Amino acid sequence: MKQNAERRAALVRMRDVALAWGNGVTALDGLTLDVRAGEFLAILGPSGCGKSTALRLMAGLLAPTRGQVRRDDGLTAAGRVGFVFQDPTLTPWSRALANVRLPLDLAGVARAEANERAAAMLALVGLAGFERAWPHELSGGMRMRVSIARALATHPDLLLMDEPFAALDEFTRARLNDDLLALRDQLGFTVAFVTHSSWESVYLADRIVIMSARPGRVLDEISVTAPPGRGAAFRASPAYASQCAAVLALAAAASGAVA
Amino acid sequence: MNGSASRSAPLRLLTPLLTGFAALALWELAVRWLAIPPYILPGPVQVLQTLWSDRAILAPALGVTLWTTLEALALAVVGGVLLALLFSRSRLLSAALYPFAVVLQVTPVIAIAPLLLVWLEPGSAVLVCAFLVAFFPVLSNTAAGLQAIDPGLDELFRLYGASRWQRLVRLEAPTAAPHFLAGLRIAGGLALIGAIVAEIAAGAAGQGSGLAWRIVEAGYRLNIPRMFAALLLISVSGVLIHAGLSLLSRLLPGRGASP
Repeated sequence: MKQNAERRAALVRMRDVALAWGNGVTALDGLTLDVRAGEFLAILGPSGCGKSTALRLMAGLLAPTRGQVRRDDGLTAAGRVGFVFQDPTLTPWSRALANVRLPLDLAGVARAEANERAAAMLALVGLAGFERAWPHELSGGMRMRVSIARALATHPDLLLMDEPFAALDEFTRARLNDDLLALRDQLGFTVAFVTHSSWESVYLADRIVIMSARPGRVLDEISVTAPPGRGAAFRASPAYASQCAAVLALAAAASGAVA
Repeated sequence: MNGSASRSAPLRLLTPLLTGFAALALWELAVRWLAIPPYILPGPVQVLQTLWSDRAILAPALGVTLWTTLEALALAVVGGVLLALLFSRSRLLSAALYPFAVVLQVTPVIAIAPLLLVWLEPGSAVLVCAFLVAFFPVLSNTAAGLQAIDPGLDELFRLYGASRWQRLVRLEAPTAAPHFLAGLRIAGGLALIGAIVAEIAAGAAGQGSGLAWRIVEAGYRLNIPRMFAALLLISVSGVLIHAGLSLLSRLLPGRGASP
């Protein structure tokens, strides 16, 4: 499995990427990172290390100051990349269904078909029956589900997630982790997932890259060994605990390297 | 929150009504007991009687003032929104013009009115005065609303390659709408004030026109009951304009962005 993943084509190739903001702050410097087709990649690092900036480079929302970001040709069309932010960032003036439909509306999909596809995606994230709910009527976890459904509405090849569950309570977070893995298995998209939780990264990812504090670059990389489907048994297993400990140690070393 | 709001709603309506009624009753009793002559202070009953008996004079005057107010408000909406859109498109334009909009706003309209009356015929001068005071809150609130765009949604629209038109209609307009309506509520009241102030400044030149002119005229004739009747009409107009515009905000879908 791991061997296969390494031979797979990269959806995004970042080579020696640097990004400096106008105010002189260097967010990234010398970042080299691939997102391989079909993998679940977690990007782990301390706050402010440029993880989110890296995701935006992958999305094509930012251009690097130096270095190269090569995105697979298949990703350049609108809707081939989905993005989930730390906040649900729903439009408060439209209902759940219309929120999920947004990417389809922007792509000019006919209303009837767009409604059908958006409703199907809402059902897939476990929100069947909430089509007509306003965002303010939903819980934080449900809002995040709507946000995920919106990102998946166009059936993207690559899903970029920027600490999507950081603001949720632990139980909601664990459930959303499981549901995200199930969705990934069902729809087969590639994920790049930014987090600062080593536990979350081990539970979700096939591969974890650990970034340094700003200016961010990759310090270490670790592959996760886990049974397919993962689930509660994996969460409770010594294998999970030991891998968490290993990642935690690497992450601590990473932030210690600068501190 | 809903519960307390619905419980306090009758209280919020009933309390001022009762207070107002008590004050009116006290006023009427005081006028009768102390035998205050109507050319000093008429009682509320006499004001109402005058309102009815002078209706042939007051109704057309009310029409003129209200029409001026609505015209000014409509012009303020068109001008304010267009200029706010221009400002949001061009920083240079915003930097160049906004200070002058502020200068115009902080200069009391009563001081500008005599000048306008020299240049324009009284009807137009009154309209321009009302427009000048109503214009700024529409401009500044709409401009603030257009800047209040959620950065995540902004990125989302870029990610999906939204056109300028899609951005305007689906992101900028709904984001700015609650701000715009808040500005409109203020502008509605100010347009009425602007119209009244300009009518008073116009004095005899505005002969035969609005309610304020009728107040000035009745003042010359010591017809205090008619002054009160005209004043009552102005207050009621102001309340109705405010209530009507507040109702508009309630029609916004969802919770809007509620500034």
